[in-house]
Amino acid sequence: MTSIEAVADEPDAWFKLDRGVLAVGGAWTIAESARLDRELNALNADGAQEKFKEIDASKITRLDSAGAWLLLRTRRAMGGQGALNVPAQYGPLLENLDQEQKAEPHRSRIPPGFRGRLYRIGRATMHAWGQTVSMLEYLGRVTIESGEAIASPRHNLRIAAIVHQVEETGINALPIVGLLSFLIGVVLAYQAVDQLKQFGAQNLTVNGLGIIVLREMGVLMTSIIVAGRSGSAFTAQLGTMRVNEEIDAMQTMGLNTVDTLVLPRIIGLVIALPLLTLYADIMGIVGGAIMCYFDLNMTIPVFMRQLQGAVSVNTLMVGLIKAPVFAFVIALVGCYEGFQVERNAASVGLLTTRSVVESVFLVIVLDAAFSIMFSVLGI
Amino acid sequence: MADSTGEKQPIIRIRGLVNGFGSNIIHDHIDLDVRRGEVLGVVGGSGTGKSVLLRSIIGLIQPLDGTIEVFGNRTGDVEGRAMRKLEMRWGVLFQEGALFSAQTVAENIQVPLREYTSMSQALMNEIAAMKLTMVGLPADTANKFPSELSGGMKKRAGLARALALDPELLFLDEPTAGLDPISANQFDELIKRLQKALGLTVFLVTHDIDTLRAVTDRIAVLVNKKLVIGTIAELRKNDDPWIKDYFSGVRGRAALASMDPASMDKV
Repeated sequence: MTSIEAVADEPDAWFKLDRGVLAVGGAWTIAESARLDRELNALNADGAQEKFKEIDASKITRLDSAGAWLLLRTRRAMGGQGALNVPAQYGPLLENLDQEQKAEPHRSRIPPGFRGRLYRIGRATMHAWGQTVSMLEYLGRVTIESGEAIASPRHNLRIAAIVHQVEETGINALPIVGLLSFLIGVVLAYQAVDQLKQFGAQNLTVNGLGIIVLREMGVLMTSIIVAGRSGSAFTAQLGTMRVNEEIDAMQTMGLNTVDTLVLPRIIGLVIALPLLTLYADIMGIVGGAIMCYFDLNMTIPVFMRQLQGAVSVNTLMVGLIKAPVFAFVIALVGCYEGFQVERNAASVGLLTTRSVVESVFLVIVLDAAFSIMFSVLGI
Repeated sequence: MADSTGEKQPIIRIRGLVNGFGSNIIHDHIDLDVRRGEVLGVVGGSGTGKSVLLRSIIGLIQPLDGTIEVFGNRTGDVEGRAMRKLEMRWGVLFQEGALFSAQTVAENIQVPLREYTSMSQALMNEIAAMKLTMVGLPADTANKFPSELSGGMKKRAGLARALALDPELLFLDEPTAGLDPISANQFDELIKRLQKALGLTVFLVTHDIDTLRAVTDRIAVLVNKKLVIGTIAELRKNDDPWIKDYFSGVRGRAALASMDPASMDKV
């Protein structure tokens, strides 16, 4: 690390206590101030400051505000207005700094030690609780507004915006969702073949693959990718609009921000995500089929016949039925966090991260809830 | 420094500077000297590259051609350690203050102190408090976050941070933009006072004609991709239509009409 002390090439600053006069000289600059501070404090600790009544700084060759502060501080420690003479050109500097000021000690808002830890836990708990309540409030508001929008779609439903969102979140996500689902299919089939071979039941790979991809993996992978891709985009877009005061401008013009910004995103994603999931299911199965072809020499028709025996339309529907719910949660969280953005640069990034984490968390929790529900219903 | 009046070597020396984006040339071979201890104002219409000029001097933009010397060092050539050494000798106030939003004002001011000095925390706190007093902010600002400050206070806090290492050269990018006239006046006064007290050389980008009148010694006007340099009195005699408009328009006349003989002396 370069330090200003290392690059300084001025003569050393010095001070000397002599018969009640503190003589100082040299370059009293920021480069020397750390050392001078230590030495002056040591002098103070000796109680030597009681012994002088005057500072003679006439031999100072350079003085900047850090050095001037040290001189002024030393004079203050002398207990009053002792004489302090500096070369004439530094008069204005001293005058400028010598104003009444209370150097308020820097204090953290969090108390130290165990109490601090308790404070943090309490604060985080209150924050999480407040977050939950306000998210529920938001859910309520969006539900009411959606009801109104659906009751009179001609006025409140913005078809162009919805179509745009379907393109943005659905069609533009096809390549990445397709590739990743394909790879997941390949990996699942590969692992399953390895294990099932030991029992000579390698044909059951197809059954396992079909059920896992259709029921769980397809929709879960797609939702997580979309949360990372579109949920974060919603937060960033709306957050940036908030920073630019665009949302305030819309409100003053009487535009309903839920109708114009939130609903198109939610409806768009609720349309796009099930379609994406279906596509991901197909790509996952294709990946598995190709793996089976190379690993087990299982031809595609054999694979298809085996798959037909293993899964039904119900299996597919169990996966697809979850997609609109996940889409709603992702879009809701994305928009909600976007509206929470404050008018500073750090806020957008912070809330975008939070939006992704929260929506992925909620998607997985809901998926678990669905699993429990389905097993109770015996589906 | 104010004491070395005999020294006339320029602090910033620009020769044949060309800046541009793609085929769009903004500065066409401009020359500029900034002398020690002076306040140089840079003005120009929107899009003439005032901020680009500032940014190319402090090394944020690589010029297409030409040389820029600051304290005798060519900024294009120095890198790493030598560049750090240069950067310690100047302070920059960006338009919106550019305070680090995750840190309190005191912590913002202490960033360069912590990075470049071995000061104790106690001394850094004292220095931060001193800088705040210097720029006219109340002591309790130290523990506030930038988002809790008004625009004018942010600029003052940004100025305190720019002055943290006691630089010799100060760059100000539109210091009074977005301030009400009273705050702008106070900011002008502050710049003038600090410039005198600390013996600063100031490179000031602005379009506020009141600021120009109040604090600058010389003015560089960016017109037609070139620089026209002079005092206010000299520039008022200039024939260029933009300069004429600028100094003789309604706003310009009003601002200059209030020029009293005392400030004429300075010019």
